[in-house]
Amino acid sequence: MLTPEMSVDMRTYLAHVELANPITTAAGCAASGAELSQFFDLARLGAVVTRSITMAPRAGRPTPRMAETPSGMLNAVGLQGPGVEVFLERELPRLVERGARAVVSIAGGSVAEYTALARRLADAPGVAAIEVNLSCPNVEDLGRVFARDPAASAEVLASVRATMRYDVPVVAKLAPDVADIVAVARACVDGGADALAMINSPLGMSIDVDTMRPSLAAGTGGLSGPAIRPLAVRCLWQVHAALPGVPIVGMGGVLTGRDALELILAGACVVSVGTALFHDPYACLRILRELEELLKERGFERLADAVGLAHRPPGAGPRHRIDLEESSL
Amino acid sequence: MEETAVTPVQVTGTVLTTRRVDAYHALTVVAPGIAERFRPGHFVSVAVGGPHTSTLTRRAFSVHDVKPDYGGTVELVFAVRGPGTSWLAERKARDTLDLVGPLGRPFPVPRDPCACVLVGGEYGSASLFALADTLQQRGCRVDFVLGAASADRVFGALRARRMGETTTLTTEDGSLGLRGRVTDALPSVIADARADVVYACGPMPMLRGVTAVAVEFDIPVQVCVEESMACGYGVCMTCVLPVIGDDGVTRMVRSCVEGPVFRGERVRFEDIGTIPFDALGAPGGRAQEGGAHTRNVS
Repeated sequence: MLTPEMSVDMRTYLAHVELANPITTAAGCAASGAELSQFFDLARLGAVVTRSITMAPRAGRPTPRMAETPSGMLNAVGLQGPGVEVFLERELPRLVERGARAVVSIAGGSVAEYTALARRLADAPGVAAIEVNLSCPNVEDLGRVFARDPAASAEVLASVRATMRYDVPVVAKLAPDVADIVAVARACVDGGADALAMINSPLGMSIDVDTMRPSLAAGTGGLSGPAIRPLAVRCLWQVHAALPGVPIVGMGGVLTGRDALELILAGACVVSVGTALFHDPYACLRILRELEELLKERGFERLADAVGLAHRPPGAGPRHRIDLEESSL
Repeated sequence: MEETAVTPVQVTGTVLTTRRVDAYHALTVVAPGIAERFRPGHFVSVAVGGPHTSTLTRRAFSVHDVKPDYGGTVELVFAVRGPGTSWLAERKARDTLDLVGPLGRPFPVPRDPCACVLVGGEYGSASLFALADTLQQRGCRVDFVLGAASADRVFGALRARRMGETTTLTTEDGSLGLRGRVTDALPSVIADARADVVYACGPMPMLRGVTAVAVEFDIPVQVCVEESMACGYGVCMTCVLPVIGDDGVTRMVRSCVEGPVFRGERVRFEDIGTIPFDALGAPGGRAQEGGAHTRNVS
């Protein structure tokens, strides 16, 4: 029996990489990392997922880039960032110095660009994993987004996997607004993805009824925040059910430890926090503390025992041996 | 040139007093950690809607006043413009507020005494009084030019009259002071005061106009911009505007971290709301590699 002062084993695995706890920042929600390190020690996170790094510097989209929506927000930042050279020269070394585990998100417009990024990152010290942002327009396919096309996604993953060092896991980040997310997930895993991350922000739009124009300069933007959490839970549920052995990084509107637990029960073994960081700079640490409390209250000794637990057959006890075997850990 | 960084803190502040000031609301909040670190030009970001809010983006406000009472208080001045600010306007004494601050790059102040003209538009003038105080302590002459659309939207006229060597007020409808805009009155104030520097805070078109006047007089101008932002501490990347760096390269920089105070002539006001074709990383543009002399674009 678990005594109150005993702590829950919060360790988790992103493929074979051990993380001290399951809470990470979500890609594009922590700038360079330096901003949040003013508030807390980044080494206390499971990992820091960087913004999506591109080959060349990117100025991003014009303003307005943000519109608040009920329980969420739309953003069209447009992957503003310094480009891979400056990232490797300044941002990654600072994350490593601070003791953070860095999961580097990459974004490209062609298979060749993703591959070139992977080649550039292959020998960089301190890359704990690569996350492949597939929600980018494919310039070789009339701008069709990679994440909507299982074959194109698989091609990117296969090429990045072949280029990265064998001991650095490659994670495919999936979009929820696709015809069949399980088909894309399967294609990515078949292509070589060691893990999956979901969900990227689905496209949304809002119109300012005073100006009678779209609220965002770009017109459409990614919808994030608690408004999309049910969408995230559905995607996690479907993909974990279809591919129970594949580790999944879950994200989508996590504001509290309860929200994180919901994603874990659906099948996530790592939980990323995005929009909540704009509301509360300490969100990650608070969510981690709340999650640990909730697991303790429910009698869990290990976080791993809760992963995908909602999938157990009706009537089964909460912690049968079979559940542990079915979990992704 | 980097300002000495001030580390922001997140505090649960208690509302001490609330008051209406003409068209605006003012809230005084006990927030010692923020008050003791504050310098003129800093701002705070406030979570709105309470603990189970569905409005997740924080609201940024410049600080009107900092006082040592109760360990340190900050006063915020704002206009009700949406659900967040209307929630804030309903706060009462003893309510608590989630504040993060002090944030941003404060106003640089001159080392030696000089003549300064402080220009405020609407409630933007709120952030000028702490600055005027600092400048006067350093022996600077301070002249004010405050303006707005109408008399009830000119903030701090009385205080400006008490503090300033001269105070010029402008309203577009002529209900207070001169009819017109601050930029109409500014040239003669600069000339009369033999001003060495201009500081301005207010709506973007006003800052653009003030910068043009200062450039004409060939004197430096520091502008404090107001851009919509979601966080205030540099992670949401939504409050960017095109600013020319020391190396002559235009970058899309965050008004919360690299600003909110910029040298006016460095801000490409006419290009706000666009990505200038020659900005670092502009679409279709020649990618300029970040070399050793290039400042980080983040």
